[in-house]
Amino acid sequence: MKPVFMTYTKKDLTNLAVCMVLSVLIIPTFIKTEYWYTSILIPWLCLALATIGQQIVMGYTGQLALGAAGFMAAGAFAMFNLILRVPDLGFVGSLIVSGLIAAAFGILFGLPSLKVRGIYLMVATLASQFFIIWMIDKFGWFKNYDSSGIITAQDIVILGKPFTTPLAMYFVCLAVTTVLTLLAMNMARGSTGRNWMAVRDMDIAAESMGVSLLRTKVQAFAISAFYCGVAGALFAFCYLKSLEPVAFDIKLSFKILFMCILGGLGTINGAFIGAAFILLFPVLLNAVGNNVFHGAIDATIISSIEQVIFGLLMIIFMIYEPLGMAKLWENLKQSIRLKLSSSGIKSVKSSAQKSE
Amino acid sequence: MANELLFFMEVLVGGLLAGTMYSLVALGFVLIFKASATFNFSQGAMVFFSVLAFCGFMQDFNIPFVLAFILAALLMVVVGLCTERFVLRPLMNASEDTVLMATIGLGYVLEGLAQAAWGVEVRRLDLGIGDFPVPWIADNLKLFISALDITAGLVAALMIIGLFLLFKYTKIGLGLRAVADDAGAASSIGIPLKHIMLLVWSAAGVVALVAGCMWGARAGVQFALVDLALKALPVLIIGGFSSIPGAIVGGLIIGAVEKVLEVYIGPFFGGAIEGWAPYVLAIFFLLYRPEGLFGEKIIRRV
Repeated sequence: MKPVFMTYTKKDLTNLAVCMVLSVLIIPTFIKTEYWYTSILIPWLCLALATIGQQIVMGYTGQLALGAAGFMAAGAFAMFNLILRVPDLGFVGSLIVSGLIAAAFGILFGLPSLKVRGIYLMVATLASQFFIIWMIDKFGWFKNYDSSGIITAQDIVILGKPFTTPLAMYFVCLAVTTVLTLLAMNMARGSTGRNWMAVRDMDIAAESMGVSLLRTKVQAFAISAFYCGVAGALFAFCYLKSLEPVAFDIKLSFKILFMCILGGLGTINGAFIGAAFILLFPVLLNAVGNNVFHGAIDATIISSIEQVIFGLLMIIFMIYEPLGMAKLWENLKQSIRLKLSSSGIKSVKSSAQKSE
Repeated sequence: MANELLFFMEVLVGGLLAGTMYSLVALGFVLIFKASATFNFSQGAMVFFSVLAFCGFMQDFNIPFVLAFILAALLMVVVGLCTERFVLRPLMNASEDTVLMATIGLGYVLEGLAQAAWGVEVRRLDLGIGDFPVPWIADNLKLFISALDITAGLVAALMIIGLFLLFKYTKIGLGLRAVADDAGAASSIGIPLKHIMLLVWSAAGVVALVAGCMWGARAGVQFALVDLALKALPVLIIGGFSSIPGAIVGGLIIGAVEKVLEVYIGPFFGGAIEGWAPYVLAIFFLLYRPEGLFGEKIIRRV
């Protein structure tokens, strides 16, 4: 039998080529301001990666989890300690190992998913969020006995070369995100992803088809936590450039949940769309506040308004398009394609009428 | 020995009474879950919203205490009305998880609105009940128990009795139980679904207001209330989502266990285990008794 789901179509390859050209050639040549790299592109890539992790467990496997930031913290602090204590591992090695450490936490806290679902599981994953942050906070070893609470992240050195400029860090994030995104797409299309979706759509049916619930769910949690862990390490080392447990609190978990849901559950590109939206919308709102109202509106009011709008969008999407922005984008493409081809259909119709 | 026992008793009673505060928040969840099988994730936000509105009315407009409380309660009825009309009704046939996510969104809206309208700074709420040990109990029983804790316990007990009677013996309660059992069948025999939902959400709003007053008087009215209210979730898991007595017992268990653990085991780990201990306790319950102590057994049809 031909392996149907693993092959790439022509469309995939063109999409990949377009993305690569855009991110490797066009963005670095046209965007010169550091602000764009340090405050928008790098966090966007990191958070999109974490959102893919959330997608795997929530969008593909259908398990309501709310602990992405906890796993990110695990990844970030694992990275810090690995570079500090095992320097031979190198940056990439440490990144992978810290992802694996986060994955171990994912397995541990994913185990309740075998028994419960829905909001019950959400509470169980909240335990991971609070526990991991507490553990890092209370045991000095994780922070190398630093009393200030905020630790500066080490410089990124790959193969003896330092990556410290915003552009270089952007490329590091880009490379990691690209590799992991391709892997995620592969998994989602392959038998792994089919099993996830079978469990999501109806776990009992999936089980009777011979899909092992234990294996599938634990696997999903492990992979999801791996993605979050790597994303957390990048987030700390490339974006924050410091490590503090407070940066990975429950608010970040909610943010990633919003990115995942608004972007579109069960889609990889939805992760990128959702992350971009949640990240850029406050920037836009602030710009409007500063330029249209000239600072007449207080900054706290603006952030409150932002929260209201996110909440409203969540409700609106749940009512009208539970599949999120990725689906809207698909619909848009569909309607454009229809418009483009409708002239052709009309001419066919008119010729048919003439022949009658 | 006697002193140690007395100290343990003090910790335990303090924990139990603090637990009633969790119960008050959990009660709002249970009300809505019982009547509509909806997990209302925004209950914590409702607590924050209602008590901030209450404070805002009192402090910004100098409205007297009782009137401000009534106004805040009315505001919660309006919130319930809007929720029913604009969130729940369109999502009537949506899956459980979809409604849950919508209520997360609702929580965001309420938090944002509250902060936009009444600011982000911590407000003090003075109920006229001191948060200090009651002298009479301290003298006679040698237990140091805060007056606020006792009030919270009494209020919780009153509300539970009231709600229990409402559910058990009134026509409205019967309607509520019918809707919870099968919304479609209930509406086909003429139970007005809209009114029931409105009633339940308003009641949950008022419960949230009371819970918010208790929490606000202790910790100040601030955003952290939303995170505190999250602890009502493990309470619900232990007590069972659909049980009013479960909410109170769950709250008591969580309150007592987290205090006792914090005092006796916490020092070995640098303290602050209160933050996660309830959730881990909830996980153990989930593994062995997923429906909670008083919940109905979860049966999933294929």
